Amino acid sequence: MTDIAKGPAPAAAPTGSPMVRFDQVTKSYGAFVVLDQLELDVAAGEKVAIIGPSGSGKTTVLRMLMTLEPINGGVIWVDGEPLTSMRRNGALVPADARHLRRMRGKIGMVFQHFNLFPHMTALKNCMEAPCTVLGLSKAESEARGRELLVMVGLGDKLQHYPAQLSGGQQQRVAIARALAMRPKVMLFDEVTSALDPELVGEVLNVIRKLGAELDLTMLMVTHQMGFAKEFADRVCFFYGGKICEQGPPAKLFGSPENERTRQFLRAVLEAT
Amino acid sequence: MKFWDWPFTFEILPMLAWASLVTLEATILGFAIAAVLGLAFAIGRMFGPAWLSVPLAGFIEFIRSTPLLIQIFFLFFVFPEFGISLPAMTAGVMALGLHYATYCSEVYRAGLANIARGQWEACTALNLTAFHTFRDVIIPQAIPPIVPALGNYFVALFKDTPLLSAIAVLELMQTAKIIGSDNFRYTEPITIVGLIFLIFSLAAAGLIRLVEMRLNRRIRRA
Ligand SMILES: Nc1ncnc2c1ncn2[C@@H]1O[C@H](COP(=O)(O)OP(=O)(O)O)[C@@H](O)[C@H]1O
Ligand SMILES: [Mg+2]
Repeated sequence: MTDIAKGPAPAAAPTGSPMVRFDQVTKSYGAFVVLDQLELDVAAGEKVAIIGPSGSGKTTVLRMLMTLEPINGGVIWVDGEPLTSMRRNGALVPADARHLRRMRGKIGMVFQHFNLFPHMTALKNCMEAPCTVLGLSKAESEARGRELLVMVGLGDKLQHYPAQLSGGQQQRVAIARALAMRPKVMLFDEVTSALDPELVGEVLNVIRKLGAELDLTMLMVTHQMGFAKEFADRVCFFYGGKICEQGPPAKLFGSPENERTRQFLRAVLEAT
Repeated sequence: MKFWDWPFTFEILPMLAWASLVTLEATILGFAIAAVLGLAFAIGRMFGPAWLSVPLAGFIEFIRSTPLLIQIFFLFFVFPEFGISLPAMTAGVMALGLHYATYCSEVYRAGLANIARGQWEACTALNLTAFHTFRDVIIPQAIPPIVPALGNYFVALFKDTPLLSAIAVLELMQTAKIIGSDNFRYTEPITIVGLIFLIFSLAAAGLIRLVEMRLNRRIRRA
């Protein structure tokens, strides 16, 4: 398995420095190793789907990238710079708050449970960070929030509170809120898993639209194999804290090489 | 001697009405201090570095475990020994505020602890500073559920203001005592003061209910 994980870079990855690089990244909780020397390069503009059984470390990969979890070893590179450390006199030292904030600005994340601010309207949810973090004026951030909410199909729900919206609508607000910070990398962690089946499509449609219209690098953890197949440039199958197999969706879904991948895909297909 | 003297009652009413303003002033200023300082205590204790949170926890425990009256005396009679002489009203209000801040901080702690982890994570993902995270996201969600508990302390603080009579602040109790000793009649002034406290307490409780209902409406909408 290890040799596959560390095998040659997939065909989809272009030359030049990647937008995101996990370099021997290790993450453990106590003695329990969640991710073991993870190696993963994601090119600018690439859309990577992360699949795998529950507990295989998929969420952890995204959370480390969003700086929500500290890492125990290795280096994560984003846009050519180390994420949680910085160069000082040639050596890598732990990043200070300023560096972390600058790096975080390149990344946006959408959560499984939306995590919208319940006391703010959809529009206010999208304005908060542009106002306070980017220093945009109220009018500018309002225009930006309005534009993005229109883009996700919620132009008529600007003044609604999260509790007044369906799950699918809330998740679309969350996507607009993340986009309002103009990130280069977007992380999606099972963004349709908490939704009723009939609401999944509207959220996937929005993600398709982002893929087509915006120049974003995307990492998405998903159980929607059909969507991964059609949307992703590359699919990574995680198993036991490692990338067990990865490749273009046609290859990975069509003729998986690894027995574990085959087992997982069989199980998922049976469930649906 | 009559049990109740109506002319005397009407004679002393203006004085007591005036004193009730002093009581209200002490209550409102004291609670303003308690509300702000209590929040600062809670945040410092929950999120501050160890050099802050550990001594702070000890200090809060100390204040909570000693009588308010002693703290009032301390600020008024002992602080001058350190070169800090405070007017009686100032010392009294500060003692009330500090004492109730320690109680309020426990309430705030419960409110802050109830905020879902996802809210904090969304703030990190959106790159909000700690200041904006607290001001715009965490505190507005933490406060509405604890308004009833804070309201109880508001009323409790109000009912503790007679302690300020011990350092001769001219609030309701002190005024009643002076009227009583000047006229050798305590029945009317003390009874009226009790009634004024009752009326204000009931009014405050009603006000808190109103605030609570308005906040709940907002939360349900949210
Ligand atoms: N805070 C934590 N403390 C201890 N173990 C954790 C924690 N978070 C995640 N884990 C463990 O790490 C493993 C990977 O978790 P996660 O990345 O959420 O998996 P996935 O998203 O693939 O289902 C799981 O076994 C989980 O139990
Ligand atoms: Mg997960």
